[in-house]
Amino acid sequence: MKKTYKIDVDCANCANEMEEAAKKTSGVKDAVVNFMALKMKVEFEEGADPGEVMGRVRENCKKVEDDCEIFL
Amino acid sequence: MSAKQKKNLIRIIVTSIIMIVLAFVEIEGKARFFCYLIPYLIIGYDILIKAFKGIKNLRAFDESLLMTIATLGAMALAIYEDGDYTEAVAVMLFYQIGEWFQSYAVGKSRKNISDLMDIRPDYANVETDEGIEKVDPDEVEVGTIILVQPGEKIPIDGVVTEGTSALNTSALTGESLPRDVKIGDEVLSGSININGVLKIRTTKEFDESTASKILDLVENASSLKSKSENFITKFARIYTPAVVFSALALAIIPSLATGDWSTWIYRALIFLVISCPCALVISIPLSFFAGLGGASREGILIKGSNYLETLSKVKTVVMDKTGTLTKGVFDVDAVHPENADEDQLLHWTAHVERYSTHPIAASLRAAYPHESDDCKVENVEEISGRGIKAIVNGDTVHVGNEKFMDEIGAAWHPCHRVGTTIHVAINGKYAGHVIIADVLKPHAKEAIDEMKKAGINRLVMLTGDSKEVAKKVSEVLGITEFYSELLPADKVEKLEEILNESDGKVAFVGDGINDAPVLSRADLGIAMGALGSDAAVEAADVVLMDDDPLKISKAVRLAKKCMRIVKQNIYFAIGVKFACLILGAIGVANMWLAIFADVGVMVLAILNSLRNLFAKV
Repeated sequence: MKKTYKIDVDCANCANEMEEAAKKTSGVKDAVVNFMALKMKVEFEEGADPGEVMGRVRENCKKVEDDCEIFL
Repeated sequence: MSAKQKKNLIRIIVTSIIMIVLAFVEIEGKARFFCYLIPYLIIGYDILIKAFKGIKNLRAFDESLLMTIATLGAMALAIYEDGDYTEAVAVMLFYQIGEWFQSYAVGKSRKNISDLMDIRPDYANVETDEGIEKVDPDEVEVGTIILVQPGEKIPIDGVVTEGTSALNTSALTGESLPRDVKIGDEVLSGSININGVLKIRTTKEFDESTASKILDLVENASSLKSKSENFITKFARIYTPAVVFSALALAIIPSLATGDWSTWIYRALIFLVISCPCALVISIPLSFFAGLGGASREGILIKGSNYLETLSKVKTVVMDKTGTLTKGVFDVDAVHPENADEDQLLHWTAHVERYSTHPIAASLRAAYPHESDDCKVENVEEISGRGIKAIVNGDTVHVGNEKFMDEIGAAWHPCHRVGTTIHVAINGKYAGHVIIADVLKPHAKEAIDEMKKAGINRLVMLTGDSKEVAKKVSEVLGITEFYSELLPADKVEKLEEILNESDGKVAFVGDGINDAPVLSRADLGIAMGALGSDAAVEAADVVLMDDDPLKISKAVRLAKKCMRIVKQNIYFAIGVKFACLILGAIGVANMWLAIFADVGVMVLAILNSLRNLFAKV
């Protein structure tokens, strides 16, 4: 399952780091952060609960870039 | 400007003013230190906080942390040495200016693109029993009658049921001439109604309508990342740690050898200032974003940054003939009467074809506009594989091919023109022939010339049409290579052969009818005039919104320009960074130069990227 989320982040490198952090979160199969469009596209693993996984994605992203937001 | 940008701008201005004032005031000792600490904290407090969080999360290469170490280090050296705190504050100040400019430029270009793509309709006027009601276009069901006033956007694709008007389709097709519509015409959402009130019966849901699809496509295009973007991301991942470790080595090894700790620590701090990868990372996606935006303004939708990259490397263009180079509509090309005049010949022909549904019949009727006069057409007989026979005002008229003429004994002769020859006989006597041919698009020749100029070195035409027709078209256009009488499956095969032979990228251009398999097989599939044909939009990588073949060369040139800018930015940014590292290591550059270079490179790279948005090609 794929879902797209609106995000807010200030720098391009931070966006790349968010992408990395999201990819490493368990339950996420793949993630792409589009800095210019401020969107995060997440592909979830089979059977994962997007709501619960995204909570952890957000937490991990906050670790790499404090000044970011994912609008869930 | 967002609230955050405003706040940061104020911080930048306040700090600058304090620094200028301090430059003229003589303070010594501890007081001096505290005086400079104020602007440092004003401009850098958020960086310090972030740095602290970076330590907490064990992120050694956090940008804020590196900036903090560099500036605090410079402060410490200043205390120890000469009391020149300006440098540390200036580094922080310029860093923030750079960040501010980046955020402003990115915000601006985001807004530019969304203005460019201002085709999202906000509402639809639906007729109800109580009058006209404004509703969310999402809620309009297929088959609803909607009303579009002059000046309003058409919200949903549909067919005109009442009224006539001119439509401005420039946001969709890049075509500036208005398009006239009348009852029965199909209209696309996103066009603007100019002068008449239109009633439209919707044929699609809002999500499936052209405007929504285009927006979706444009917004998602930059998610498909190009090789250049992946390269720079990987580079950034190695670059920062590499520079930080070199800084560490630079601080320790020469110092142990020379004993001159403060000089080498200072040089190491310069390295930390240069270690921030943001200047590198920002300009590449911004270039692509602006490139994709600039292209969509021209009516060229590119479905991803990666396709933009492929497009710039296209060396071979394979084209379908019908619908791409020719209009795909049969027109009367020539009338050669014998024992009659042109008008008479067309008159008879049109009458005989009065009731036929064959496409050729339609073009023959169109060539004689007064077909529905009061002439008597009787005993119409369609003979398959031959033609049509009818009695027109008492005369027996045969219209058909050579075989038909042979059978009735009319003395026909072949024509020198290429196309489909329709022979006519009156009462068994040959009366001449009419040539029907597919017409070239107005810009076809120019388009081929432009493609050659844009660096396409192999042009190939594929067609299902006869060899003669293909030969003539390719000669007129100046295409040296063509393959004719191909079935759709043969086209895929032929394309595969071409793919194997080519070293550059191969693009296939088609109108999307029957050629979806070929479109997806090519390195790059370009569908033209494909709005409305979902299969083609799905299969293609680049969608040309109108059917002008000139757009092909334009797309290639736009892509090349974008890639040039991307390369300039990559070389320039990396080059300047390395130059500063070397100058810093040998002691020529100080921290001022380092931060100047860093922020300057970023500003220039961003401005360079934005050239894509206003590309005149």
